[in-house]
Amino acid sequence: MIQLNIGVRRHIALVLGALSVLVGLLLSPMAAVADETPAPTDEPTSSLVIKGKVKNEGVGVEGIILKVSGNGFSGEASTDAEGNWTLSVPTKGIYDVEIQLDSLPEGVGLRDPETTVRQADLSMVESASVLFPLGVDTRVEQAFGDQLAIRLFAGLNLGLLLAIAAIGISLIFGTTGLNNFAHGEMVTVGALFTWLFYTVLGWPLLVSAAVTILIGAFVGWGQNAAIWRPLRKRRLGLNQMMIVSIGFAIVARYILLLFFDGDTKGIGTDNNIIEIGPIKTTATSLTSMAVAAVALAAVAIFLTRTRLGKATRAVSDNSSLAASTGIDVENIIRIVWIMAGALTALAGILYGLQFQANWLTGFQILLLLFAAVTLGGLGTALGATVGALIIGMVVELSTLVLPADLKYAASLLILIVVLMVRPQGVLGKKQRIG
Amino acid sequence: MANEISIGPAAPGCKKVDPILVADNVTRQFGGLTAVNVAHVEIPRGKITALIGPNGAGKTTFFNLLTGFDKPNTGDWTFEGKKLANVPPHKVARLGMVRTFQLTKALSLLTVIENMRLGAKDQPGESFWRSLIRPLWIGYENRITEKGDELLKRFKLDAKREDYAASLSGGQRKLLEMARALMSDPKLIMLDEPMAGVNPALTQSLLEHIKGLKENGTTVLFVEHDMHMVRHISDWVIVMAEGKVVAEGPPAQVMKDQAVIDAYLGAHADTDLGTVPINILKAGK
Amino acid sequence: MDWLSIINLALGELLNPLTAVYVLAALGLAVHFGFTGLLNFGQAAFAAVGAYGMAISILTFKLPLFGAILVGILATVVFALILGIPTLRLRADYLAIVTIAASEVFRYFMTTIGFSDVTGGSTGLSAFNKEFESLNPFPDGIYGFGPFEYREEQLWVRVVGWSLVAVAAVFLWLLMRSPWGRVLKGIREDEDAVRSLGKNVFSYKLQALIIGGVLAGLGGMLFSFSLANVQPQSWGTTFTFMIWTVLLLGGAATIMGPIVGSMIFFVLLMLTQSIIGGLVDIGWLPFLTPPQVGQIRFLLIGLVLMLLVIFRPQGIFGNKKELQFNG
Repeated sequence: MIQLNIGVRRHIALVLGALSVLVGLLLSPMAAVADETPAPTDEPTSSLVIKGKVKNEGVGVEGIILKVSGNGFSGEASTDAEGNWTLSVPTKGIYDVEIQLDSLPEGVGLRDPETTVRQADLSMVESASVLFPLGVDTRVEQAFGDQLAIRLFAGLNLGLLLAIAAIGISLIFGTTGLNNFAHGEMVTVGALFTWLFYTVLGWPLLVSAAVTILIGAFVGWGQNAAIWRPLRKRRLGLNQMMIVSIGFAIVARYILLLFFDGDTKGIGTDNNIIEIGPIKTTATSLTSMAVAAVALAAVAIFLTRTRLGKATRAVSDNSSLAASTGIDVENIIRIVWIMAGALTALAGILYGLQFQANWLTGFQILLLLFAAVTLGGLGTALGATVGALIIGMVVELSTLVLPADLKYAASLLILIVVLMVRPQGVLGKKQRIG
Repeated sequence: MANEISIGPAAPGCKKVDPILVADNVTRQFGGLTAVNVAHVEIPRGKITALIGPNGAGKTTFFNLLTGFDKPNTGDWTFEGKKLANVPPHKVARLGMVRTFQLTKALSLLTVIENMRLGAKDQPGESFWRSLIRPLWIGYENRITEKGDELLKRFKLDAKREDYAASLSGGQRKLLEMARALMSDPKLIMLDEPMAGVNPALTQSLLEHIKGLKENGTTVLFVEHDMHMVRHISDWVIVMAEGKVVAEGPPAQVMKDQAVIDAYLGAHADTDLGTVPINILKAGK
Repeated sequence: MDWLSIINLALGELLNPLTAVYVLAALGLAVHFGFTGLLNFGQAAFAAVGAYGMAISILTFKLPLFGAILVGILATVVFALILGIPTLRLRADYLAIVTIAASEVFRYFMTTIGFSDVTGGSTGLSAFNKEFESLNPFPDGIYGFGPFEYREEQLWVRVVGWSLVAVAAVFLWLLMRSPWGRVLKGIREDEDAVRSLGKNVFSYKLQALIIGGVLAGLGGMLFSFSLANVQPQSWGTTFTFMIWTVLLLGGAATIMGPIVGSMIFFVLLMLTQSIIGGLVDIGWLPFLTPPQVGQIRFLLIGLVLMLLVIFRPQGIFGNKKELQFNG
C-alpha cells in the first residue's frame, strides 16, 4: 500500500517537471526496509523469480506445467492447488515462459490460443509475473472463414483502441509539430491507475475510469505547461523537441516502474464468454469497442461542428495564419494536450481492462501508434483513425499467416512499405516544394 | 519591332537567334491549380534575361522545374541541346546551369570560405575513397581556395573569409550565394530574386556584379520584382502571369505593353513602370 | 561506504569494452546526425545486424572468424542500403520513425521462435568466440594495476576494442577534414543548397548511413565478443537512446565527443549507481529497494538526455556555433 500512496503523489510531481520529480522522490518518506544486500553492479546477488497464476473461470488450476528458458537457463514449474507457480532463475534478462498445452485439463484451452509462450522481463526488476488466462478450448480446427471473422473482430477492437490514443499524437503533431515519443506513457498511466483504483482500492469501475481520465487530462495539461510550452517559447527546434520527448518518456517510464513495480497486472475480471457466430468475446470487450467508437465520434463532432474544434483544425493547417485571425494558438494547444491526455488515458483503461498491462505497455504500443498516425498522413485526426484501424487489422490478420510473436513486426513492416510507396500517408496530401 | 535577340518581332514564345535554354509545353499542377503552363520559351545565350510577373505567376515554380527541384506534369526542355526533363537537380547543376534561391541558402555553420569551396565542381576529394588520401585532393583544394578568395574579394566578402556564414547579414548572404554559384563557372546562372532583402547600399554593387557576369560570358536569368533593376540591367524581359508567358521583349518595349500592365499592375496601369516605387509594386500584386 | 572500491569500479569503466562499444556506435551516430543531420533512431539495429551477421556466419555457416566479421560488415552495409534507399528522400522525421520501426522489426525477427534454429530466439547465440579467444597473443596471467587489472582474455578484448576505436577515430578524422566531409556538413545545413551546387545529396546521405552503420556493426561485434553472447534484448530501443545520450553528452559534430562522452557516461553511471546503492545500504534512502537503484540510473539517463538537448545541444566538446539543431 505504501507504494500506492506514493503512486498518487508521484502524479503531482510529474507535472512539476522531471527535475522536481526526482527531488520529490528522494524526499518521500517511504519506509520500506532494505532487507537484502544491495548489489553495486549489474550482477544480481538476490534471487530472481518468475511467478504466475493459472486460472480458469476465476479458479486456480493445479498441475499445469510451465517451461522457462532463456539466458542459458531452462527449468520447469508446476502450479499448486491455487494455481500459483514460482521459479527462481539465475541471471537478469528476458525469459520465455511456455505453457505445456498437454498439461491442461480436458476441454480447457488458452483464452489467447496463439500465445503459448509469453516473456518474462527480468532485465530491470527482481520478479516478474506471467499470466496465462484459460477458457474454453478453441484449439479445435476452425474453418478459415471463422478464423478470418475472429481476427477481423480482434483487429477492429485493437484498431479502435489504437485510434483513440493515435488521435492525441496526431492532434499534438498537427498543432505543435512535435512527434511525441512520451505518448505511450500516457497509455500506461491510464492502465496502471485504473488497476490502482479498481483492482487494488476496489472503487467502482466507472469511478475508477472517470478519475483516471481526469488524471490523464491533468498529465496532458501538466506536461504541456511544464515542458512543451516553455520549450516552444525558447524556440527549440522540432527535432530537438522530439529528442527531449524521448528523454521524458524514459524518465516517466522509470518513475512508473518505481511506483508500480515491474509485474504484469491483470485488471479485467470478465470471464463470461459471449458468442457471436464464430467469435467469442466478453461484455468488457464489446463495451470497450462501443466506448471507443463513441469517443471517436465525439472527437469528430468536436472537430467539425464546434467553434473550438474548427479553430483547432485551423491551427493544425497553418498556425501563424490562425493566429493572425485572432485565434489564441497557445490556448488551442493547451486544449489539445488536455484532450489528448484524456483520450490516451481512456485508451489505456480499455487496453488494461481487456489485456494485461505493466510499466512497458504504453512503450510497446507507441510504435503502433506512430505507425497509425504516419500511415494515415501526419497531423490529421481522420487519418490517424483510419491508420489505426488499418494497423489493428494488420496486427491481427497477420497471425493467420505469421507466428503470433511477429504480429507487431508485421504492422511496422507495413508502415515502412507504405512510406516507401506513398510517403504522405494514405490520406495525406502531397507537399508542395519550393 | 525588330531587335538583335529574337528572330522576327518579339512575341510570347518567339524564337531566339542563339538560345541556351529552350522549354516546351511545361506544365505543373498543384491539386486542381495550374501553377505553370508554358507553351514555348527560349532564353538567349550571353544575355541578361529578367523573368517578371505578379506573385503567384509561377516564376519560382518554373525555376524549380527547369532546375530539377520539382517535377512537371508534362514538358520537355533542353539546355545547350541536352534534354533536361527528369534530370535530377545535381546533374542539372553539373551541366552548367546553377541556381540560387529566393530564401537564401547560405550554409550557416560552414565558414564563408568553406561555402565557396563547396561550390567548386570536380573536387576529387569529394569522392569517398580519395578523400582519405590528402595528396590526391590538396592541390585542387588550393586552386579552388585561390579562386574562392578572388571571388570573395570581388564580392567584398574577403574580410569575412573565416566567419561562419550564419554571422553574415541578409544581403551578404545573397552575395555569398551568388559568389558560391560562380565557383563552378556556370554557363547559365539563375538568380531567384537576388535583390530581395538586400539593403540599398549593396544594391548598386549587386547590379554591377550581375553586369560583370555577362561580360565574363555567363548567361543570366533572374526573377525580380525591382523594376529599376529589370530596366537597367536586363537585355530581355519575359513576363509570366497565371503560369503562362504573356509577353516578352526588350525591357523598354515590354514595359509599355498593355498586356504586361494589365497583368502586372492593375490599379497602377497609368504609372510608368520604371518609376513605380518598389513598395507600390509589391502592394499591387 | 567503500569509496575506494566505488572509485575503482568507476575508473574500471574507462577501459571497459562496453565503453568502447558505445564509442563505436556513437561515432557512427555522429556521422549520421552530427555531420550529416540524419535522424537515425535505429542505431541498435545496425549493431545487432553486425553482431548477428558475425555470429550466425560462425555458428550456422561455419565461416572462419575474419570471414564472419566481413559478413557482419557486409550485413550492416546491406541493412543501410535497404533502409536508406527508400527513406533518405523523405523528410527527416520520417527517417526517425522508419529507422526505429525497422530496428524493432529486426529485433522481433531475431526473437521469434520461428527462426530460433538460426537466431537462438530470445535466448540468443553463444559459443561463437572460440576462434576470437584462440587469437589472444597474451600468455595467461594478470596484467595492469589498480582498477585496470585484467586477466589475459580481458586484456585481449580491451586491446582489440580500443584499437578499433583508435582506427575508427583516425578514419573519421581523415574523412571529416576532407572535401567529402565538407559536403556532408553542407547537407546537414541545407540539402537543397548542396544539390544546387551539383552534389548528389542522396548518394552522400547513403554513404554516411553506411559508414555510421558499419561502425555500429563493429560495435555490435565487439559487444558480442566481450560478453560471448548475442541476445535480442541487448538491442532494444534503450541501446539506441543511450547512444544518443552519449553522443549529445560529448558533442555530436566532433570526433572526440563520442569517445570522451562514452567514458564520462559510464563513469558517471557507475558512480551514481554505487553511491545511491551505498546510501541505500547504510539506510539513508529508506524508500528505495536495491533493485530500484538500477532503475534510478535509467531514469537519470532520460533526464540527462532531456537536459542536454535543452541546455547544451552542442555537448561538452562541441562548438556552440558548430552544432545547432535544424528545426
